[in-house]
Amino acid sequence: MPETLLEVRGLAMHFVLRGGMGLWLHRGKREVLRAVDGVDLELAKGETLGLVGESGCGKSTLARCIVGLYEPTAGEVRYEGRVVDARRARSDRRRIQMVFQDPYSSLNPRMTVRQVLSELLRAHRMVPKELLEDRCRELVGLVGLGPRALDAHPRQFSGGQRQRVSIARALALEPDILVADEPVSALDVSVQATVLNLLADLRAELGLTVLLVAHNMAVVRHVCDRVAVMYLGRIVETAPTEKLFTDARHPYTQGLLRAVPKLVPGRASTAAAVVGDPPSPIRLPTGCRFHTRCPIAQQPRCSDEDPVLLPGPGPEHVAACHFAWTARPPAHVPEVEVEAREAG
Amino acid sequence: MSEPLLRVRDLRVQFKLARGTLRAVDGASFEVGRGEALGLVGESGSGKTVALRALVGLLPRSARIAGGSIEFDGVDVLTLDEDRRRALRGRSIAMVFQEPMTALNPVMRVGEQIGESPLVRLGMGRRQARARALELMSLVGIPDAKRRADAYPHELSGGLRQRVMIAIALSAEPKLLLCDEPTTALDVTIQDQILKLLLSLQEELGVSLVFVSHDLAVIAQACKNVAVMYAGGVVETGTVDAVFREPRHPYTLGLLRSVPDVDGVRGRLSSIPGTPPDLAALPTGCPFHPRCPFVVDKCTSGEFPLRALAGNRATACIRDDACAEDARREPVVANA
Repeated sequence: MPETLLEVRGLAMHFVLRGGMGLWLHRGKREVLRAVDGVDLELAKGETLGLVGESGCGKSTLARCIVGLYEPTAGEVRYEGRVVDARRARSDRRRIQMVFQDPYSSLNPRMTVRQVLSELLRAHRMVPKELLEDRCRELVGLVGLGPRALDAHPRQFSGGQRQRVSIARALALEPDILVADEPVSALDVSVQATVLNLLADLRAELGLTVLLVAHNMAVVRHVCDRVAVMYLGRIVETAPTEKLFTDARHPYTQGLLRAVPKLVPGRASTAAAVVGDPPSPIRLPTGCRFHTRCPIAQQPRCSDEDPVLLPGPGPEHVAACHFAWTARPPAHVPEVEVEAREAG
Repeated sequence: MSEPLLRVRDLRVQFKLARGTLRAVDGASFEVGRGEALGLVGESGSGKTVALRALVGLLPRSARIAGGSIEFDGVDVLTLDEDRRRALRGRSIAMVFQEPMTALNPVMRVGEQIGESPLVRLGMGRRQARARALELMSLVGIPDAKRRADAYPHELSGGLRQRVMIAIALSAEPKLLLCDEPTTALDVTIQDQILKLLLSLQEELGVSLVFVSHDLAVIAQACKNVAVMYAGGVVETGTVDAVFREPRHPYTLGLLRSVPDVDGVRGRLSSIPGTPPDLAALPTGCPFHPRCPFVVDKCTSGEFPLRALAGNRATACIRDDACAEDARREPVVANA
């Protein structure tokens, strides 16, 4: 069993939407958005874990809690066994670095690449002053850019090149864990491939542990060792990549995989893979959060009983469905009451 | 074979910039048969959206149609005056946009927005238009249409908004539906629902589709035919089945190989070296030649128009045999 580098325990991140003045304005109707609502997760040293789910499932919020950008409402993040909270020591901060989705807004438009990198290297006292320039050159070289890139501003780069700069910035602090939040979804397909290959190379070269947040199942299948699927603030299934793609146990994972358009021409079934819209994380369904859209939901069990993550025959494959490891009830079309989204 | 509904020939759209002329669409040709779906695929800057907008005259003021012809239902659209063209755009050709939130009117109830076209263009009365709106809403699969008709766009989810937009597009019973990345802003389960809706509508109503997308897998599921665009031109056309199984343009091949397939196995993705050309300073000869693995001397000068091949397909590449051979050696799409 490889060594666990990062551990997340009972993590929750709730956002109060109507507090303070808003609470008064809405006559005391307090509303809480449960973006992440009780997540346990481990990252083994050297692995690439994919975190997938649809928008609003809490995957980015979870990533931000791990990096320390949010102070979680409950639960803890442990790094090498020690608790690291959002206000972590500088030496801990540099261990977990993040690459953001949008390389257009995550780089300071008024700083050259050299300024961006050397500011970080100086603040964290990574290299002696006389080696600063060498280290900058080395970093841009690592992500496949020439030394001339150091004098350029972000606007002079294409999207793919900007994402390389973002990766160089994250690597400047020699992190152990790289958290990449949808690093290629803003890029064109042919560029996506080069950035994904770069991440794979860096991981092999530097022995990085990677948490890849993504909505694209195909991307995840190509680069990850293990995959965790999120739905409405919870992890519903975790398995080694091949296992997840060939033997998914949670009906949501199964629907998600059916919904991915295939490159093979020709039409599959005409029935929708998953019916309805995801419910609002402000008013979560009772019981199993997926029961409102689930084709095998059984009443009243699924609307009453909240399923926990249970392992199958092997401990590495867990799923939070009452019927994940037992005989499945026959499929039916759930009666969907598509809820109108709350105003504002 | 009957006459195609839409025939675009050698379309050129240019933008005047301080540093020169930007050739956004540069000699694009494609056809859409009656009741058929054509996928227009390419990366950002390939000219697919500009080409689509040129079809309905929704280009920005700085754009100029510099050549070519657009024939719709036997009429040359580009020679029509603005009134006639507007009539065409409202009735016979309708458009579904990528971002339903920005395309819908935020201060108008969705039922009214759907009923507007029947009211104004089809001359229905208010009550009749409302009934038509409700009918359209159930056609596009909006549950509880009566209540939803009184909702404002912001009260609906992304998937429902896109359904509203499709209902609006269908409200005047168009012959051709232009879809500009209609599922790109949606989650994968919602994308799947909307794709299946568009397909069933196409079958039920016999409407033709032009489907612009950067996602090859979406095109594979939604369309029978495909036109691949690069640097403003169409470089390859044919049925999705033939083109994806045996691409005869190196750009198509490179694009297909760089897409991670959900049924594929873990491994290195191949990519296309270099970057797309500057549309204000296109390379001479074939615009793809600086990035092409099959390049020969002849590729660097001259014109590269689409050349018809057997099996109702066409390519702009002169090395198409080499490309097809490479594709056969290492298939991009598994033979399912």
